[in-house]
Amino acid sequence: MPGQRMKGWMISLPSMAWLTVFFLLPTLMIFIIAFKPANPLGGLGEGWTLRTWLELGNPNYPSIIWRTLRLSFYCTAACILLGIPFSYYIARAPERRQRALLLLVIIPFWTNFLIRVFAWKAVLHPEGALKHMLVAVGIASPDTMLLYNEWAVLLVMVYTYLPFAIMPLYAAIEKFDFALLDAALDLGAGRATAMRRVFLPGIRRGIQTAVLMVLIPALGSYVIPDILGGPSSEMLGNKIAQRAFADRNLPHSAALSALLCLCVMLPMLMGTLLRRKRTGGAA
Amino acid sequence: MSGFLEFEGISKSFGDLKALDNVSLSIRQGEIFSLLGPSGCGKTTLLRICAGFEMPDAGRVLLNGKDITDLPPNRRAVNTIFQNYALFPNMTLRENIAFGLQIAKVPKKEIADRVETMLQLVQLEHHAHKRPHQISGGQKQRVAIARALVNRPQVLLLDEPLAALDLKLRQRMLVELDGIHDEVGTTFVYVTHDQSEAMGLSDRIAVFNHGVVEQVGSSTEIYEAPRTSFTAAFIGDTNFFNGRVCERIDSEYCQIEIEGLEPRLRFFNDKNLREQVRVDLSVRPEKFSISRTQPAPDPLSNTLRGTVEDVIYLGSHTKWWVRVNEEYLISVTSQHSRFLLDSKPIRWNEAVWISWHADDGYMLERYDENDEALLVLSDAGLPDDIPPDEEAE
Ligand SMILES: Nc1ncnc2c1ncn2[C@@H]1O[C@H](COP(=O)(O)OP(=O)(O)OP(=O)(O)O)[C@@H](O)[C@H]1O
Ligand SMILES: [Mg+2]
Repeated sequence: MPGQRMKGWMISLPSMAWLTVFFLLPTLMIFIIAFKPANPLGGLGEGWTLRTWLELGNPNYPSIIWRTLRLSFYCTAACILLGIPFSYYIARAPERRQRALLLLVIIPFWTNFLIRVFAWKAVLHPEGALKHMLVAVGIASPDTMLLYNEWAVLLVMVYTYLPFAIMPLYAAIEKFDFALLDAALDLGAGRATAMRRVFLPGIRRGIQTAVLMVLIPALGSYVIPDILGGPSSEMLGNKIAQRAFADRNLPHSAALSALLCLCVMLPMLMGTLLRRKRTGGAA
Repeated sequence: MSGFLEFEGISKSFGDLKALDNVSLSIRQGEIFSLLGPSGCGKTTLLRICAGFEMPDAGRVLLNGKDITDLPPNRRAVNTIFQNYALFPNMTLRENIAFGLQIAKVPKKEIADRVETMLQLVQLEHHAHKRPHQISGGQKQRVAIARALVNRPQVLLLDEPLAALDLKLRQRMLVELDGIHDEVGTTFVYVTHDQSEAMGLSDRIAVFNHGVVEQVGSSTEIYEAPRTSFTAAFIGDTNFFNGRVCERIDSEYCQIEIEGLEPRLRFFNDKNLREQVRVDLSVRPEKFSISRTQPAPDPLSNTLRGTVEDVIYLGSHTKWWVRVNEEYLISVTSQHSRFLLDSKPIRWNEAVWISWHADDGYMLERYDENDEALLVLSDAGLPDDIPPDEEAE
């Protein structure tokens, strides 16, 4: 059905355009800046240098990079795991309910992101309602800290990026031919097997897009750990901001960003190449 | 003796809509049994109940004497060919066919052998490595058949398996299906709304209308002796007359008076009707002969005089619409032999005689308002929703 395909296409079009203009081009610029010398006024000096890259040997960095990768990975995994059943439910609901649910997914975007993060701060606050409730039912002790730790950061990251996973997943599930599940059952498969062998491969594209849509912004998280995290849950985004705003060292920030890029893109590239080789170049 | 696959009083509603109303069928082992009826009459619903995808509101499904009504689809020895094949796009044809056996944990070696045998049966050995999107519609069809049959189901359900194919391919696949059935001997339940498909393939046919079984019988029975006007009109083309028995001639024949028609008509009284009883009659177009001259009188034949209102030349035969006594537009078909050599073919606006043998008209059953009394007797009119020119080729 052209209408259906159009719908799926239009849902993912903005994210694709967004990726090209606001992700691909800036990434290129960042790699270039990382090879420029810093200038004491906070700008870029003349010529080219490798010094900035050597400065990345800073002993604080490995743990921060590791935490950034770990939190982003957990966040992505959580968004996919929550996103699939949720999108499945939306895609199988009657049309009217579908529209209402999609609207609910989008509504948070009408409120400023910063305000939403601060709202979480209020929710998780040591004197906040949630804390009191958890203490009352005996899940948390009075001195449990809900704020300023990795869990708070992860929770709000999942909250923030879940819609980015739901959109492409929904688009893929909505296009999925559910007669295939019937066919799998008919051939003797149980529900779980049918899901694993037929449904998940069928929405693979959607899952891939969702992973990208969550992982990339999650890696660059800066506001969430800045507001909800403590010193022990700093992410690379915070360091990059610190180098750029406090130290006024743009090349250093750029080099950190570039390093992050490489950390993510190299494994992905290798994965793709390996798959290519295995399937003999077939898509 | 009860059948191999039995539906006992199956009813199913979707909201207010009664998709199936007390359907009972008994299907024999090894036969090709067709469910035939217009769109929306509940054929797919019955098939899905048999496969286990829908639960009936009432009634039971028995397979080989065992009640399978409550078994989930993956625990029934029944496989389905879906209308759009539902091949797994992420698997090769070989993997598609092997799927059921893998699930059943059949040993690898045996899977390979059985899949290979199936690939040969449906002549796809050379395409086994391809994926569904790389093959044609007819080939997909065959993969779907192989994927189902490789599991050696006791019953194979086919939901309009040829609907997506063009006419030529459909005819070829029909022959292939028949061949495959001869080879494997599995019981086939075949859903279609195409009467020629059903008649060509089936051992027996159940004609459905609005969730009710109108008639079960062989192709010949259903065509030559339709029980109801619905069946008569749905299977092939027919002409309806609505009249009253005015005289029983002997134990076999009666005279029937039809409003607006001059001579009384003679019909074979197989229903043994009394005089004065009202009756619907059906005469198939090919039962008529048409000529410019009056045929020699014959006590066992009926003759009407009319004017040709329309002629359609269809190659294998010609179809005339003949207006008789203003009110009746009768469709008549005739096959050709020595067509170009014979005298001038009958054309538009010519006056003609049409005649048919008394045995070639057929009496239909009638229902009262409560759909109860099975035989004749009330004055319920002809079904208005079936125009006389309903095409069914
Ligand atoms: N899941 C459902 N929900 C609501 N109504 C349904 C559902 N499935 C079928 N129906 C209705 O039940 C009736 C019978 O449907 P069914 O699919 O069995 O028809 P069919 O004889 O297979 O028709 P076709 O030849 O068009 O495939 C139809 O009126 C259909 O609209
Ligand atoms: Mg159907």
